[in-house]
Amino acid sequence: MSTSPVDLQHDPHGHGDDAHGHPEDPHHQHHFTTMEQQFDTSKIGMWLFLATEVLLFGGLFVGFGMMQARFPEQFKEAHEHLQRPLGALNTVVLLFSSWSMVMGVLAARTNQRKKLVIFMIITIVCACIFLGVKYFEYSHKFEEGLLPGHFYTHHGDKIPLVRDANGNTPNGYATFFSFYFMMTGLHGIHILVGIGLLAWIAIRGNRGEFNSSYYTPVDLVGLYWHLVDLIWIYLFPLYYLIS
Amino acid sequence: MAQALTHSEPHIGDRPRPAKNYLNATTGIWSWMTTVDHKRIGVMYLVAVSSAFFVGGMFALMIRLTLLTPSHKLFGKVLIDADTYNRVFTLHGAIMVFLFIIPSIPGSLANFVLPLMLGAKDVAFPRLNLASFYLWCTGAILAVVSMIFGAVDTGWTFYTPYSTTTQNSVGIMTMAVFILGFSSIFTGLNFIATTHKLRAPGMGWFDMPLFVWGTYATAIIQVLATPVLGITMVLLALERTFNIGIFDPKIGGDPVLFQHFFWFYSHPAVYIMIVPGMAIISEIIPTFSRKTIFGYRAIAYSSVALALLGFLVWGHHMFVAGQSELATVVFSALTFLVAIPSGVKLFNWLATMYKGNISLETPMLYAISFILLFAIGGLTGIFLGALSTDVHLTDTYFVVAHFHYVMMGGTVIAFIGGVHYWWPKITGRMYSEKWGRIGCALVFVGFNMTFLTQFFLGSKGMPRRYYNYLDQYQPLHAFSTFGSWVLGMGLFITAAYLFASLRKPYDAPDNPWGGTTMEWLTSSPPIEHNFEEQPVLEHEPYDYRPKVKKHA
Amino acid sequence: MEWFRSIMLPPQGSAFAAEVDALYMFLFWLSAVLFLGIASAAIYFAFRYRYVPGRVTPHITHNTTLEIVWSVLPLLLCGVIFFWGLNGWMEYSVAPGESMEIQITAKKWLWTFEYPDGSRTANDIHVPIGKPVKFIMTSEDVLHDFFVPDMRVKHDIVPGRYTEVWFTPTVLGPHHFTCAEYCGKGHSDMNGKMTVDNEADFKKWLETGGDDWKNYPPEVWGQMQREQKGCATCHSIDGTRGQGPSWKGIYGKMEKMSDGRSYLVDEAYMQESMMQPNAKVVAGFEPIMPSFQGLLHPQDIRGLIAYIKTLK
Repeated sequence: MSTSPVDLQHDPHGHGDDAHGHPEDPHHQHHFTTMEQQFDTSKIGMWLFLATEVLLFGGLFVGFGMMQARFPEQFKEAHEHLQRPLGALNTVVLLFSSWSMVMGVLAARTNQRKKLVIFMIITIVCACIFLGVKYFEYSHKFEEGLLPGHFYTHHGDKIPLVRDANGNTPNGYATFFSFYFMMTGLHGIHILVGIGLLAWIAIRGNRGEFNSSYYTPVDLVGLYWHLVDLIWIYLFPLYYLIS
Repeated sequence: MAQALTHSEPHIGDRPRPAKNYLNATTGIWSWMTTVDHKRIGVMYLVAVSSAFFVGGMFALMIRLTLLTPSHKLFGKVLIDADTYNRVFTLHGAIMVFLFIIPSIPGSLANFVLPLMLGAKDVAFPRLNLASFYLWCTGAILAVVSMIFGAVDTGWTFYTPYSTTTQNSVGIMTMAVFILGFSSIFTGLNFIATTHKLRAPGMGWFDMPLFVWGTYATAIIQVLATPVLGITMVLLALERTFNIGIFDPKIGGDPVLFQHFFWFYSHPAVYIMIVPGMAIISEIIPTFSRKTIFGYRAIAYSSVALALLGFLVWGHHMFVAGQSELATVVFSALTFLVAIPSGVKLFNWLATMYKGNISLETPMLYAISFILLFAIGGLTGIFLGALSTDVHLTDTYFVVAHFHYVMMGGTVIAFIGGVHYWWPKITGRMYSEKWGRIGCALVFVGFNMTFLTQFFLGSKGMPRRYYNYLDQYQPLHAFSTFGSWVLGMGLFITAAYLFASLRKPYDAPDNPWGGTTMEWLTSSPPIEHNFEEQPVLEHEPYDYRPKVKKHA
Repeated sequence: MEWFRSIMLPPQGSAFAAEVDALYMFLFWLSAVLFLGIASAAIYFAFRYRYVPGRVTPHITHNTTLEIVWSVLPLLLCGVIFFWGLNGWMEYSVAPGESMEIQITAKKWLWTFEYPDGSRTANDIHVPIGKPVKFIMTSEDVLHDFFVPDMRVKHDIVPGRYTEVWFTPTVLGPHHFTCAEYCGKGHSDMNGKMTVDNEADFKKWLETGGDDWKNYPPEVWGQMQREQKGCATCHSIDGTRGQGPSWKGIYGKMEKMSDGRSYLVDEAYMQESMMQPNAKVVAGFEPIMPSFQGLLHPQDIRGLIAYIKTLK
């Protein structure tokens, strides 16, 4: 780990100029010696935040795994109800949106204001398509009665539910859909928040706030967006593909 | 040119006190509410967590008062009924854990001292720091709201299915805990980034003060463990609101799954509580022994070891809960492993005192109290880590006594010691040393009276969270209650003389204790930007060897 | 030595209790010695090396040998303790094949027990001395925990599952058991008495509820049943409203039920309330009383009725 060297002869108070003698950037916060140090630190912060997101979803993944071990056949049958083509479409859409996000960050870094805004809009459109597809998927589930927990009313499941000696009726189908809605729902909320962040970047980008020496917010939102995509990359096979 | 200053002698009148410091540089409540100065945020946190400690403490006194006699009567009238009592102990636990202990040292003392120790002007993300504070406030407000709407009676652990089926304000409390979790995460995130990127020139990882190592290890736990608490609260809320059934045995859910989720966070959380406390002791002991810390690297590594090992032992809260036998055996073995780093620190502190030049001012008295009380807390943990004894002792007052020894006898004692240690730096005033010693003595005696007794209550078979109890336990309960009054008195006296010191004019020197870390290079209180010139590290940490004064 | 044990631990009701106590006492003495060592060192250093102005302290940064020793030695000690604890726990975990099985159903806030011959009892059980007994437990609602301090055994009771605990009692007489997992308002009242009998007395008790009742007037026996069978958890005798109506002054009264009709509280009504509690529910109360069918012997019912009649 290195610390930024401070040129105390030219800059006795440790701020004012960046290390190359350029005039002070309005985004330069006083407690950082250089813009580079500030940018690096922001990235560390963002990665740490992403780690917390991984753990947040991780808990749900673990819970799902435990329940799958408890109800293997019911889970297998339940996942047949998920519409693979729609899931695949969503995967492609999100991957494409990650590409457009990267292009947006590149545009910000190379002072291409218009391109930045266009790529942000493309990413937002992709996100909206994703949510739209999700809406259709959810409607289908609601119609079929494939709902979480006590709300499950679907008929025609192959494995009959049995009342055990304690008067309980374990229902693996209902449990599957509890996790399905929780995990895709939480993911969907993150997409929604992402749309807000992307719009914010688009607006600020349009105002010309980003350039080659300051594009930190674009980079950080990019990291967030890639994580949201990555989580879907794990959700998709887990729910739609694994049999 | 940066100046290298001597560190072994207190500085009195070394330089004139600056007219403006961080406290009076700007005035008005709005300047405080919108501040991004880590020192002001630290002070606000100090006030906030101390208030939470007061409320939680009042609930504690009420618990002890109710348990004074089996009839729960005071002056002929029943104090509170069982339902109320259950809410009181739940709130005592929840407030103390989530609103006080977890945020206390990181939010208040670390916030204030960490950047100074690193020679930095602020933390990495000052606005995020303020956001953390406001998240704490939001969580606190929600906790109060939950009290208004009937309060929670599940115990601070919210075990299912009771928590998913009971008719009270569990939902609001889970929201409060979720939000408080994010306050903690953002603080941890901030400190990690600060430690990596904002160290003074010349300060490598092994030149940092041990308080920074401890805070860093704590921050790792905060960032990695707290999200799991977040998702657990979300699951609990969804279960209550929509009855989705993952913890409901009626449709095949598993109530014990909740316990796994809950303790996966809550065990590392206890290391969030104790590691900063230990970090404070690692500062106080060398300073008041005027001797270099023994085993710097061992202490640094042990902080990180505790952080990491702490993630592997959550099942030791569930030995009789119905988890698999293999899991139980593995968790017990790992629990013994995690005892070692704590022991290492204890021995290193004692070795630091050996052949030191020790003065017993109030911070040092608290540090020595910590050593004694944490020793008892840690040793009694062994009774609980061993499987056969745990079967008898778990869910009894023995556990209550154990965790109060480590959390209160450990963290709270360290916190109070740290507040005294850095009080001159934070406030610019010296408190009354005489009253400091009286307060410490009362707290120490009262604490032991209250909680040592509870080990015996537990081993004799008194279960925890009990409103009614068999007559045979009454003498021990009564003694414990008397102890709580002595403890309470000690704490009130401490608060009183600390407040009283604020009415004096500034009288604290830059370095009243002769400390060697960078915060003592600033004025007391520090100026708004901490340092007039960027300090450069020029010596090993805790170096008390006599040096020659250099001048520019 | 025994004195220390006796002030810290309950009487030993089984051989397992003695095993647990042995480890406990070892840990106690170990902790006492270690704590005294640490405390003495701290206090001694504070005085022996007290502040002298100007004195220079030696610059001791570490001592590798010492640090290794005080890391490895505690680790080894911990290893010993771990295996000792594991040993005891393995015995606790595996019940002998010939154990008598008793089913426990726990609910807020009552224990019901069912013996192999189908007999049932609430809150108050007898077990024969010298024979292993295994409790197979489940809950009807929330988590509970069966804790018998004298036997040093405890295990959570989880709804939707069966959990087990076993021991072999070696001392005659009464031992108490209690719920050790928070379960709501009546958690601290969810206690019971377990009596260890010799073989003959146990058989007698199992068949007829024993002869103990013959030693008491019916109303006194009834008062004891109120405590032992869990009635006291919900029904007061001084007029205070609980989960259920107070028994004070109810005999001979006309009581209004939730269906709007009024009934006389006589012997027949009281018996029906115990056997089919939800047939008639007093207005303003919830239908949550469990049935005591099979849980009360005829002498218990007679005693309770006699006792209630005395509560004017």
